[in-house]
Amino acid sequence: MSGEFVPLLYLVSGVLFILALRGLSSPETSRQGNYMGMAGMAIAVVTTLAVARPETGLSWAMIVGGIAVGGGIGAVIARRIPMTAMPELVAAFHSLVGMAAVLVAAAAFYAPEAFGIGAPGVIRVASLVEMSLGAAIGAITFTGSVIAFAKLSGRMSGAPIMLPARHIINIALAIGLVTCVVLFCQEQTPVYFWAIVALSLLLGVLIIIPIGGATMPVVISMLNSYSGWAAAGIGFTLGNTALIVTGALVGSSGAILSYIMCKGMNRSFISVILGGFGGETAGPAAGGEQKPVKLGSAEDAAFLMKNASRVIIVPGYGMAVAQAQHALREMAEGLKEAGVEVKYAIHPVAGRMPGHMNVLLAEANVPYDEVFELEDINSEFPQTDVVYIIGANDVVNPAAEDDPSSPIYGMPVLQVWKAGTVLFNKRSLATGYAGIDNPVFYRDNTMMVLGDAKKMTEEIAKSL
Amino acid sequence: MTKRTLYTGLVLLALAMLSDAMWMGAAHAAEAGAEGGHDFISQFSIFVLAVFVGYYVVWSVTPALHTPLMSVTNAISSVIVVGALLAVAVEAADAVGSSGHVIAKVLGLIALVLASVNIFGGFLVTQRMLAMYRRKDR
Repeated sequence: MSGEFVPLLYLVSGVLFILALRGLSSPETSRQGNYMGMAGMAIAVVTTLAVARPETGLSWAMIVGGIAVGGGIGAVIARRIPMTAMPELVAAFHSLVGMAAVLVAAAAFYAPEAFGIGAPGVIRVASLVEMSLGAAIGAITFTGSVIAFAKLSGRMSGAPIMLPARHIINIALAIGLVTCVVLFCQEQTPVYFWAIVALSLLLGVLIIIPIGGATMPVVISMLNSYSGWAAAGIGFTLGNTALIVTGALVGSSGAILSYIMCKGMNRSFISVILGGFGGETAGPAAGGEQKPVKLGSAEDAAFLMKNASRVIIVPGYGMAVAQAQHALREMAEGLKEAGVEVKYAIHPVAGRMPGHMNVLLAEANVPYDEVFELEDINSEFPQTDVVYIIGANDVVNPAAEDDPSSPIYGMPVLQVWKAGTVLFNKRSLATGYAGIDNPVFYRDNTMMVLGDAKKMTEEIAKSL
Repeated sequence: MTKRTLYTGLVLLALAMLSDAMWMGAAHAAEAGAEGGHDFISQFSIFVLAVFVGYYVVWSVTPALHTPLMSVTNAISSVIVVGALLAVAVEAADAVGSSGHVIAKVLGLIALVLASVNIFGGFLVTQRMLAMYRRKDR
């Protein structure tokens, strides 16, 4: 293939990736967008194979075999993974991108001629810098994602692990990292390359372990962003437009999602990164005196909802844990048959990753035009007869609006207390992740329906 | 408003990439560049413009599709597979024939497998998710 066409083909592939993201602006165009992404990937792979055509049968066998094995594993995982496990799957995939970036950077270092960046020992300095950046960010993404995966899948406690003097350790590691990059650029020896990788791997672990389970939406988005920057770093090394464009797209996408998630929690990005939020000791209000709450049964809840004209359902992480989305949809169907208008209200940080609740509701066949975001539905609570809260807590806490001493003060919340009646489904009266009491529990118009989210919802559906 | 900005960004990006493509083409003609490297400035312009395009495109993504957004960005960032392919295609018996080439080939193969898991897994799981989003039909 003629050399002039190659950058053009990578350009086409980059544009197709942009269109793939563009398609996600509405569910109708999203499927088409996904196909564009696939086409872009196919073009990039075929172009690369045409340019650097492998000469031996062994190389071809390795390429075909590698794609077949990896692709087979990927396809099986994609088909089998339950939707509730999406957050940990995404974390696992991020770790793979990170590791691939490290390995490609290493390969470029060992065989620079193949990448057009010089010869062993005399690699261009610019390429060395790009390579070490790609490897370092890739390694941080790798271990960071592995820890995030372990926390999300429950293989590791979601509680933050606080090392003493962790900020000093992190700063020391960062200084060591910069030193190694400088030395690597001067000496070009493998020792420094692997030192960069080792330090970055350690740094990735240390950055993520102090972050609590509930702040995971931010962490996942942040790692998404990192995986993009790592790809961009490698893209500069390879001089590959498709890779640079993709890296920039993914990097900014992850950064925007992190921003949205931070705003949803009213926390600054820095404070999340410094960690220590979530699973902390219970706030002063928790425990102490027992205020009276109204308890209700499934029959009571069913009676209230059946006689309402408008019901809003507020799902949270508890719904995902209990896998209650299908039961919830059945309950909603029953209500709709009784002539009740049903809507769903989603808080931006509900669940463990951006859009987590929307995917689960979509899985349960809830039409997406019945699902509303916080800004769009918050004004409707005063005209709503019954709100059914399932597995959410802090995102409906009025303390965020009227108690300046509350740790979540300033966080945007769903104003459920303005509705006629609030049905609060929870396993117990325990506090949410922020460890603070929820005044909604004790209001006159609140009825607590305690029990497992799935079982309780099924019972309500039965009693309708 | 954002739409217009987006298109402006897209056009600028396309222009930058085209000029880079031409530059690279010229460089190829001029004996693949004296240093055998890549033009950093033109690449950096592409990068910066792509960040802006990404900014506008991602803000226009509906919050309901944020999870598919993450899985699809995951899949496309695996375009890093092109680097893995280059490494696997390195022939161990090439001119220098150092042990470095064997190492590069092996590392490339591992990267290829990891990236393939991600490409297939990422796109297919996104497809599976997107297929679930439907309107009220009745």
